Amino acid sequence: MSTENKSLITPANIITVIILAMGLVITFLRFTKGLGTVTNLDQNNPWGIWIGFDLLCGVALAAGGYTTSTACYIFGLKKYHSAVRPAILTAFLGYALVVFALHYDVGRPYRLVYPIFVQPGTTSFLYEVGLCVFLYVTVLAIEFSPAMFEWLGMKNLRDKITKLTIALTVMGVVLSTLHQSSLGALYIAVPSKIHPLWYSPYLAILFFVSSIPAGLSMVIFEGTLAHKPWHHMMDQTHKDEHDGVILGFARGASISLAAYFCVKLVAVAYDNNWHYLATGWGAWWLLEVLGFVALPSLLYAIGSREKNIPLIKWAAAMTVVGIILNRLNVSVVAFNWQLPASQRYFPSFMEIMLSIFVVTVGVTVYRFIVSRMPIFFEHPDYKDAH
Amino acid sequence: MKRRQFLGLLGAAGITATLGTNAQASTHTFNGYPEAKGVLFDASRCIGCRKCEAGCNKVNKLPAPDKPFEDLTVLNKERRTDEKTYTVVNKYQGEKGTVFRKAQCNHCMEPACASVCFVRAFTKNPDGSVTYDPTVCVGCRYCMVACPFSIPAYEYNDPLTPRVRKCTMCHDQIQKGELTMPGCVGACPKEALVYGKRTDLIEIARARILKNPGRYVDHIYGEKEMGGTNWLYLSGAPFKDIGLREDLGEKSVPEITSGPLSVVPMVAALWPALLGGVWAINKRKEKVAEEEQKAAVKAAKIATKADADAKLAKAMENAERDKNQAIEREVKRALEEAAAAKKDTDDNDGEGA
Repeated sequence: MSTENKSLITPANIITVIILAMGLVITFLRFTKGLGTVTNLDQNNPWGIWIGFDLLCGVALAAGGYTTSTACYIFGLKKYHSAVRPAILTAFLGYALVVFALHYDVGRPYRLVYPIFVQPGTTSFLYEVGLCVFLYVTVLAIEFSPAMFEWLGMKNLRDKITKLTIALTVMGVVLSTLHQSSLGALYIAVPSKIHPLWYSPYLAILFFVSSIPAGLSMVIFEGTLAHKPWHHMMDQTHKDEHDGVILGFARGASISLAAYFCVKLVAVAYDNNWHYLATGWGAWWLLEVLGFVALPSLLYAIGSREKNIPLIKWAAAMTVVGIILNRLNVSVVAFNWQLPASQRYFPSFMEIMLSIFVVTVGVTVYRFIVSRMPIFFEHPDYKDAH
Repeated sequence: MKRRQFLGLLGAAGITATLGTNAQASTHTFNGYPEAKGVLFDASRCIGCRKCEAGCNKVNKLPAPDKPFEDLTVLNKERRTDEKTYTVVNKYQGEKGTVFRKAQCNHCMEPACASVCFVRAFTKNPDGSVTYDPTVCVGCRYCMVACPFSIPAYEYNDPLTPRVRKCTMCHDQIQKGELTMPGCVGACPKEALVYGKRTDLIEIARARILKNPGRYVDHIYGEKEMGGTNWLYLSGAPFKDIGLREDLGEKSVPEITSGPLSVVPMVAALWPALLGGVWAINKRKEKVAEEEQKAAVKAAKIATKADADAKLAKAMENAERDKNQAIEREVKRALEEAAAAKKDTDDNDGEGA
């Protein structure tokens, strides 16, 4: 950022420092006193927002990596090329943060590799999630590495890795399909605890299909956020392609949201759960599905048809909210719905703060990287080298 | 090449690991270990004395409770198992009066906790018990999420080595010969608990229902719930009134998840071909387009060149003609000049002579 050259004391930096400091205090408490002190988790509510938000939303919203690289490299839509690097970077940071956040939530983080290297429990969807996330973080790190090598001037390594692009992209899609869906499938084992409007044998498909508009919307959303502060870092190609990326991704998001809406309806129809729509839970479900799936799908369609960029940006923000709402509904709101209110879970202040801390760490690292590495521009030495 | 081989092997290993289990799940039915033991709880015999709780606490060497086991006022509030309490007795108001029901791990025949654990920390033993191994546990708490009876508890206040705690049907103590039956069963003064082979227990339960018309609901809870449990329940009051859910269904968690799980290797098997195909088609399209473009450019070039050649030839021809005409003109003029000059000299010569 240009402001960094002038003064480090900006409102954004002050808030960042406060959040990071609070995060460190919570980290200390978590690893000295335990989850009982820091969280509102209890014997009935073993998973809170560190799973519902940090893991489920983190992974869904990092789907921009595989959707963008697939559009560009597999479907051959070269005009989205300038969007690939920012999307891969966000995905890589997103997944790295998911893994980072899990170290707080699991009881023995030093054993996180046990399911892969010590004693794999292959009947568990959590094993699928663990294995795929482990492999995908590796794939994303390799996919991202050319930007770093260009920055460091390591031409040889950079050229070798770019030759793997297609193979890495295909692996990325396979792994993403598997773990995006497996995150939903985690809850297939729990038919008795999740409200019927959110429980479905199709949970795996619902999570996978919704990750596509989630990823596309995040690329639009984040492109919008990044455009102002890093405008000077963007090369002409990036700026020229920006509106094209937004319009194209808006069409993709509109169609994939429409498909997701259909799967949502099928999920209710499959178990004939229509009568729940007349309850309070039904109203909440309708808000999620009509307000944050059907409506953004429509707005996206209108926006891309009329080339209305601001409308598309609103649709993107709504889709992101809708995905967060859905993941929290499945994992927290509709989970243990049959328990009396006194036994329900609500996150503690420290749980919320830690989630904010994790996001802030991500934003800070993102700022560091895009201010230095060739993310929004093509490195002059490697122009037309793709 | 080596990297590619490594990636291939890694993928294959993942698929085999998953597929191996699925293939088993799809063709194989598990009806429980034949010699598996269990416990039959009869709510019509239980008097809510909490002696089973005390017995459990003693044999498992658990910390002393906040209120002594003799204090029956704790029954006024519904409790659940926690990290210091593997079993609790709760008091319910049935239609025919007060009913007590003991809660602990039901030792499912196909346990949800074991099937969802990603490090296989839970084991279903041939003696019917479900036990836990803290030496591999990561502390993810998926077992607690998955348990339909909400039994496993977690040591939330242990920052670095928390364990999941639950009833083991006194597996270790019985294996070692320290006990002949679980601590709670041995402590019950009213024979509300019977320890024995699960198949025998079901017969005992049926016999009790038959011999005592009107005393029991005609159902053995746990015979089929969630695929069947090794802990079984008889009751005079409807099971839902004594805190046992009647809407769990008869499918075990492995049965519920095996279908979706079987799709996993298919994604790994088919996606690369599908995506590779799409990529190849696009690549081919691009190549064809490129070739067509090249051919068009070539044709255009040839046409332009021919055109230019023709123009050049014509221009050359014109130039040649102009040149020849110029030469002719020059020659003609030179000849005329030469002729004129000759005439002048001749005239001068003639005049001079």
